[in-house]
Amino acid sequence: MRRAFSRGLVAAAAASTLVLSACGGDDNTSGGGGGTQTTTVKLGFMGDLTGENSGIVIPPRNGAQMAIDEYNATNPATKIQLVPYDSQGVPEQATALAQQALNRDKIVGLVGPAFSGESQQVGPILEEGKIPSVSASATNVTLAEKGWKYWHRILPGDRIQGTGIGEFIARALSAKKVFVIHDNQDYSKGIADFVTAALKGKGVTVDTDVIDPEGSDYASTINKVKPAAPEAIFYGGYYAEGGRLLKQLREAGVTARFLSGDGSLDAGLAKGAGGTNADGAVVGCPCLVDPTGESNEKSKKFAADYKAKFNTAPAIYSAEGYDAATAFIEAIKAGNADAEKINTFLSTIDVQGVTKQIKFGPNGEPAGGDVFVYEFKGGSYTLLGNSKDAKVG
Amino acid sequence: MLENFINQFWPATVDGLSLGAIYALVALGYTMVYGVLRLINFAHSEIFMIGTVAALFTITTIGVSAPLGGLGLIGMLILLAVVGMVVSGGAAVALEYVAYRPLRRRGASRLAALISAIGASLFLQQVFALLVIPRLFDRPKEGGRLPVQAPEFVERSDVISIGDFVVRNDKLLVVVSAVVMMVALDQFVRRTKLGRGIRATAQDPETAVLMGVNIDRIVTATFAIGGAMAGVAAALYMMRFEETNYFVGFLLGIKAFTAAVLGGIGNLRGALVGGFALGLIELYGSALFGSEWRDVIAFSVLVLVLMFRPTGILGESLQRARA
Repeated sequence: MRRAFSRGLVAAAAASTLVLSACGGDDNTSGGGGGTQTTTVKLGFMGDLTGENSGIVIPPRNGAQMAIDEYNATNPATKIQLVPYDSQGVPEQATALAQQALNRDKIVGLVGPAFSGESQQVGPILEEGKIPSVSASATNVTLAEKGWKYWHRILPGDRIQGTGIGEFIARALSAKKVFVIHDNQDYSKGIADFVTAALKGKGVTVDTDVIDPEGSDYASTINKVKPAAPEAIFYGGYYAEGGRLLKQLREAGVTARFLSGDGSLDAGLAKGAGGTNADGAVVGCPCLVDPTGESNEKSKKFAADYKAKFNTAPAIYSAEGYDAATAFIEAIKAGNADAEKINTFLSTIDVQGVTKQIKFGPNGEPAGGDVFVYEFKGGSYTLLGNSKDAKVG
Repeated sequence: MLENFINQFWPATVDGLSLGAIYALVALGYTMVYGVLRLINFAHSEIFMIGTVAALFTITTIGVSAPLGGLGLIGMLILLAVVGMVVSGGAAVALEYVAYRPLRRRGASRLAALISAIGASLFLQQVFALLVIPRLFDRPKEGGRLPVQAPEFVERSDVISIGDFVVRNDKLLVVVSAVVMMVALDQFVRRTKLGRGIRATAQDPETAVLMGVNIDRIVTATFAIGGAMAGVAAALYMMRFEETNYFVGFLLGIKAFTAAVLGGIGNLRGALVGGFALGLIELYGSALFGSEWRDVIAFSVLVLVLMFRPTGILGESLQRARA
């Protein structure tokens, strides 16, 4: 009791200096249980919250919020406040907000940034300010190669995703001939290249072609796919173009199975493809979207709680957002209330999360690297399972 | 490489022509306005976009229970084309009133009108992304930038099938409709009084005024006709792709403008030739070198043509040559 009390006091003192120096301490909520003074530390969440791609950033924000609300409800000595930073996915906006988070709000950690582009820009600022970050959705491979000490992500990068999907195509579909298409953007080309390499490693013949994401007529690509008669088609890119491509492929009478990566894991793929064209399409993602909680007990509880709180089923990255916030919560629970200590704690963290064992390698990459595959049917998608052992119907 | 080309020759030809037909119809708007005002109307791509939104809204409102083929499809296409012509033509006239006429009245330089055109183009894109598309299609505000899909209303079937030479009904309809519209417009400009006024203004605006031509009326008519052609293109586009977005005109506008220059800007028949030529070059180029080379090849050909024929394939202005 005494020990816990004094430790709590130290943490409280450290945290309150942070908060006080920030903005007059009006966030310093006192009261709570048993006469001990509680303090509040600020945790940031950065991503596109109102822009074009907010549909894939609001779910992880909700997940993180839920984890923090659950933690605060236990009346801990150090409470956490989640501060949103709406970068709209624009790197310039993200860097300005990161400065604000550091200098004005004095955050002790950041969940995010959501996308890889903004992460590239915000990384150096956090590194200099010595603020740990855990992204729930930035999957670009190069982020882990920067040597950043304060950067982490909760889901594996595109190399692991691309390899996982490539091996899935070779194993579960036993395809011998695959056509790989991408739209020449950084993410799209990257993942298409990893899929291609994995397929070639398994002795699969691969043809490739490129579409223009700003164009709408993919006839030239389709004219190449048709005579090649592939058993499967992998598309690297986002769902808006993916849906359009799939529609034109089916209209031209190409019936090969369509596959894609996390950029296409959205009901918009089926909408763009029209009718039942997307049925049977398989999309891989390092993220776990498991609204029925089939994969494990924690996931089941998460799905039920999420639904009760937000009145909608968990969507893409919501569980990852929850896990990213959990990493910080565990650190603060263990009595680490400043950024430096939290970062040290993150390097040794090892707890079971909703999506995986939360554990980071020295470069900030998650230790586990599972890729999950989803199948579209009737306009939405369901979890097939881990790409290593999932089967398609 | 060559083997690819031979394998894909017929499909590439059909797709090139159907793509080129839409380029050609949009190119008409650029070419007519340039012919009369010596102005490049960069907002024309948005006139096309407005047409696609109008057509999409029409289909969504009517609603189709099952995909249409044969006469039903042709009827629907005519309806969409009429809606597209009215809306796009009206939008083009309004654009001229707001963005160009005040400048023209004050004798501003052509460069000012060009900036005004670019401004109008960006303005229209954003207004549609932020206001019009979310309102019309009942979406949250941030959904305005995502593509909007029409219900599937086209039953696609092969109408001609001789070995490798397979033509699908929608592609054939695009080409036939575009050619019909072009011929009609060409005859209109050559034979009617208004057409003569347009040609006279293109040739020499000052003399035309002296001869009793009302320039303002001619300019309005030019924008209306150019816009209407973009509206037809929008209806055809809708039949082909069944979706649109606020940005749909951007790349297509650039390509159509390129087609206009390739064929000879200011020249109506040039727009047709340029459109089909550009569509074929793109598809043949992709078949030969891969789709990522599509634009590289298209623009290389454009530069080559302009080196040897600076005024484009058919020369700058038919109005001038035949006047």
